[in-house]
Amino acid sequence: MNRLSRMALGAGALTLVATGAWAEETIKWLHVEVSPVQVAAWTEVARAFEATHPGVKVQPQYLENEAYKSKLTTLLQSPDKPAMFYSWAGGVLQAQVKAGVIEDLTDRLKGYSDTLNPSVLAAFTVDNRIYGVPFALTEVGFFYNKALFAKAGVDAGAIKSWDDMLGAVKKLKAAGITPLSVGGADKWPLANFWDYLALREGGKAGFEGAMRGENGGFAGPDFVKAGELFKQLVDLQPFQNGFLGAKHLTGIGLFADGKAAMTLAISVIYNQQRAVAADKKGLDDETIGWITFPTVPGGKGLASDTLGGVAGWLVSKGAPKETVDFIKAFVSPEVQGKLAASGFIIPVVKGADQAITNPFMRNIAGELARSTYHQNYYDQVLGPSVGRVVNDVAAELAGGTMTPEQAAKAVDAAWKQGN
Amino acid sequence: MAGPELVTADRPLAGRSRRPWAGLGRRRSVQSGQLAAVVLFLPPALLLFSLFVVMPVIEAGWYSLFNWNGFGSPTQWVGLSNYVSVLSTRAFMLALRNNGLIILVSLLVQLPLALSLAINLSNRFRGAVALRMLFFLPYVLAEIATGLIFSFVYDGDYGLLAAIWRAFGSTNPPHLLGSTSTAMLAILIVVVWKYFGFHMMLFIAALQGLDRSQVEAAQVDGASRVQVLRHITFPHLYPTMRLSVFFAIVGSLQLFDVVMPLTQGGPADSSQTMVTFLYSFGFTRMRVGFGSAVGVILFLLCAGFAFTYQRFVLRNE
Repeated sequence: MNRLSRMALGAGALTLVATGAWAEETIKWLHVEVSPVQVAAWTEVARAFEATHPGVKVQPQYLENEAYKSKLTTLLQSPDKPAMFYSWAGGVLQAQVKAGVIEDLTDRLKGYSDTLNPSVLAAFTVDNRIYGVPFALTEVGFFYNKALFAKAGVDAGAIKSWDDMLGAVKKLKAAGITPLSVGGADKWPLANFWDYLALREGGKAGFEGAMRGENGGFAGPDFVKAGELFKQLVDLQPFQNGFLGAKHLTGIGLFADGKAAMTLAISVIYNQQRAVAADKKGLDDETIGWITFPTVPGGKGLASDTLGGVAGWLVSKGAPKETVDFIKAFVSPEVQGKLAASGFIIPVVKGADQAITNPFMRNIAGELARSTYHQNYYDQVLGPSVGRVVNDVAAELAGGTMTPEQAAKAVDAAWKQGN
Repeated sequence: MAGPELVTADRPLAGRSRRPWAGLGRRRSVQSGQLAAVVLFLPPALLLFSLFVVMPVIEAGWYSLFNWNGFGSPTQWVGLSNYVSVLSTRAFMLALRNNGLIILVSLLVQLPLALSLAINLSNRFRGAVALRMLFFLPYVLAEIATGLIFSFVYDGDYGLLAAIWRAFGSTNPPHLLGSTSTAMLAILIVVVWKYFGFHMMLFIAALQGLDRSQVEAAQVDGASRVQVLRHITFPHLYPTMRLSVFFAIVGSLQLFDVVMPLTQGGPADSSQTMVTFLYSFGFTRMRVGFGSAVGVILFLLCAGFAFTYQRFVLRNE
């Protein structure tokens, strides 16, 4: 027997030993959550699941948001793929379904899926099949610093329309306070303005019509108007100096440090701002407030329409079957109630929102419960290639390098090219 | 066994014309040794090279003809339309311009800087070695770390630059990375800072091969410092300069990891390079065909340059 084949045999034996030692199932769990407190709470759920399911190991893994989005496609087609992973639904989910890389969960979730809020579950349903389990809802809105507002003499409660918002920005500027902080380098924080204004302008019908190419598509008057309104704000120079070079968490950090009066952000920032603040405390409940995105004059969208996201878990093809059991345990009334009670999430299990004791999150949960239409972020719902064009044009509008017409046309062209 | 036999075989002919045959005999024996080396050492290298260089290049060329999101295998054939849309994207043109800028600055600022430092530091004086190490340090630093460090340096609120600015009495320090007109400048500074040490080391190494007695002889003959530089040092450095220029240009074309942590190509694509363009418009948008087309264009530029340069500039080495 020569040396090479001996080596091969040795390696084979080693593999056998290795697989013997790993007879238990490992659920690789890939997520993008940064808040250490929330990750700790999640890990607790995982440990509890391992305790009741001997032989199953849950292995959480973190990837940074942007890195996650760019890596996932390759990762899902590699042998090293995660069993369950984070998803924002929308166009990316549809591409994944079409490619056949994720598991159809419809049958495994029979009975269980009735416990979930149906409008949220719909985001993870493609052609009447369920491909994911949502676990949290988010809403975009203006966080504001009550102390800075008082200093500038602005009444947050009186901000109902876009013009009110512009007025508040002017007043804050006059008082020498940076009105808004934003992470412009990441672009999507700026796109939230454009998305929301388009939602207020055109509403549900406007968005769905644009996807079908009606009324000028995404180059239609509603979307041009959204750009114009955004430009009205941009022209006031409301953002911190150098905002186009700032990352998302830098923008949040400025707000958390009390260096900006407002930031347009996702509801989960309520908790995350503490982690990214310089003093690790951030703004307390006395100082932090919430302004629902204002209405626009003559807009067809309702004031109760909301922009935000849904977060959920998808299961990759061929994942251990215990993965679904773990997801069910993770998105259960108890865990959802617990996470909601500590103010981490707006839950999706029916009735779990009763557990929210924090008044700040309760208010947002209430808005979401009354929501007449929940618009998923454009960069998710339109898919990665069109969605990123929305982000690009929002950043260009904010930088003054594009006109509202050009912006709307660019999005429309990308949509037509992709569909 | 072939070697000695051949040597004995050519012995009878030695008297008539010894050299050509002897030469041939030696060459053949060397050749058979080479053959063994080729058979032994080439396959692994060739295999790795084809697997990780040739195959991906061919694959990228193939993918670039499809509209493909990266899932499964490509099916939607679009011909050359990916190339058309790459070339008609404004951001790509900006990226091309920026790559040109980086090459220019590398050649006109970085190399002269490296050369002058090398000439000064190749002299023996106290602290020369320490200074060499100091100037070489940025090159050792990982690119991403460099980018992150400089993103703090450039920060207009808390950064080193802002502190210097304030020390001179300014109340409103600039945010270099947040403006379309200065972001690229900020990156160019980092590029020069990061890579001049590498070229400096190349020059120092070459200068150590310089025969001091030549310089001394020239000095005895009354040559000035400039004359020594012009007639002895520079001619001696030409081969290294040609190599340095080659590294600088190829490196400039492939610049990526310094840019990502600094600006991600922004604001408004003003600091995009071809590779960051490939990443953010191909990869992150799941447009693998489009990205591959960018990759092929980049490959053609690099390979075209490398071959031309080898053919016309480096051919004597």
